Amino acid sequence: MEFLRPASWEEALAAKAEHPDAAPIQGGTDVMVELNFDMRRPDVLLDLNRVTELGGWDTAEGRLRVGAGVTYTQIIDDLGGPLPGLAQAARTVGSPQIRNRGTVGGNLGAASPAGDGHPPLLAGDAVIEVESLRGVRMIPAPVFYTGVKRSALAPDELIRAFWMAPATGPQYFSKIGTRNAMVIAVCSFAVALHPAERRVGTGIGSAAPTPLRATAAEEFAAAELDWDGPLDETVAREFGRLVAEAAAPIDDVRGTAGYRRHALAVMARRTLTWAWQDHRAGSPGRGAA
Amino acid sequence: MRVSFTVNGSRETVDGVWEGESLLYVLRERMGLPGSKNACEQGECGSCTVYLDGTPVCACLVAAGQAEGRQVRTVEGLADGDGLAPIQEAFIEAGAVQCGFCTPGLLVQAHDLIERSPHPSDAEIREALAGNLCRCTGYEKILDAVRLAAARKAAP
Repeated sequence: MEFLRPASWEEALAAKAEHPDAAPIQGGTDVMVELNFDMRRPDVLLDLNRVTELGGWDTAEGRLRVGAGVTYTQIIDDLGGPLPGLAQAARTVGSPQIRNRGTVGGNLGAASPAGDGHPPLLAGDAVIEVESLRGVRMIPAPVFYTGVKRSALAPDELIRAFWMAPATGPQYFSKIGTRNAMVIAVCSFAVALHPAERRVGTGIGSAAPTPLRATAAEEFAAAELDWDGPLDETVAREFGRLVAEAAAPIDDVRGTAGYRRHALAVMARRTLTWAWQDHRAGSPGRGAA
Repeated sequence: MRVSFTVNGSRETVDGVWEGESLLYVLRERMGLPGSKNACEQGECGSCTVYLDGTPVCACLVAAGQAEGRQVRTVEGLADGDGLAPIQEAFIEAGAVQCGFCTPGLLVQAHDLIERSPHPSDAEIREALAGNLCRCTGYEKILDAVRLAAARKAAP
C-alpha cells in the first residue's frame, strides 16, 4: 500500500489523476473502519488532511460554499445559523470524537444511504462541487447519489465542497435510532421551508438504495399549503403519507420496511408541523439556536 | 513507512509502519504507550480517545500517516510528573473505575470537557461522554467524578 500526503488541492488532484483507484481519507471515520476490519485494501491511501483549501467556507453568489474537509463539529459550532437543518443532522452523528473528525465531504464520498448529512442537503437544494484535472463539475445533490454507496463521482475526481443557500425559512431533521448517540439511522427525514418560493424541500435517508427527495410530497405541499394560515392537519398527514410512499425501504437488522415507512410518515408530519409553527411565529427555527 | 509526531511533548519517530495502520496501533505496539485501549476498532466505544492537535478523537480511526508532524496527547500525558491529573484523582475518589478498560478514554474525553466548559451541566456531561462505553459502572460514578473534577477546577 502507498500513503500519499498531498500538501495542496492541486497536488491532490494530480495524485488522484495518477492513481484513480486511490481511496481518499479525510476524517477516517468510514475508511479506517474498513481497513481495521480487512474489508478494504486499497493500493493507495490519499490523505487529504494537509489540503487546507478543504477546511474552510465562504460565501459566493449568495450561497455558502463549504469545503469537503469541514467537520460536523464545525458545522454545529459555526454554521447552525445559515444551515440549521444540516447542523441538526450533524448533532446526531456518532459521538463528539466522531464529529471532531467526520465531514460532510466524507459522507458524500461514502454515499451510504444512511448518511445523516444527505437528507438536509437534499431538502436545502445543495449542489456538490467536484473536480479533477479535467475540470470542475457542479452536481445537484439529487443526482449525486446513484446507488447503494455509489455516487456520480468519477474515479479521477475529488469532492471539493458543497454549495447551499443560507436558510430562508425553518428547517428540521429527524432520525430514528435506538439511542441518542452512536446510531446509524433506521431512517431519517429532513424538511426545509422556502417561504419566498412557497415551496417545501424534503430529504429521505436510510429508506431506499440512495438518499432521495419525496418529489410528490413536495409538489403536494407547494399546491396545498396556505402560507398565511395555520397548517391544516389533513395536509400534514397527506404530506407524511406521500413521503412514506416515496421511500423504497428494505427489511434489515435495524428495522423492517414496514416500520421505516410508518416512521417516515410520522417524522414528515412532525417536522413539517414544527417548521410550520416556527414559520407562523416568524422564527428561523430551533436548528439556528 | 516512517512516521514522526510529537507524543506527550516528546518527538518520536517509528519505522516500518504499515500504510493502513491506525494511530492507536502505533501508540500501543510501536511506542510502548498502552494506556489508550483497543476494543471496537470502529469508533463505537471511545476507549482509544486521544488528543490530536488538541481535539479529542478516536485513535483507531486516525491513519498513522495522518498524525505525521502533529501533536498527540494520550492518557499517559494528562498528568505532570509523578502525580495524577485532577480528573484522574476525581475518578479514583468517586469510585468511577471498576475494570478500568474504558477509563483512559473517559479520562481524556472528560479532561477535554472541563477544559472547554468549566461548569458543565449534567446534560453537557452526558453529551460529552456519549461516545465512551462503560460496561461496569452504570455511569453514575463516572458522572460523579466529572462533577467533582469540574467543581474543584471552578473553586480550587
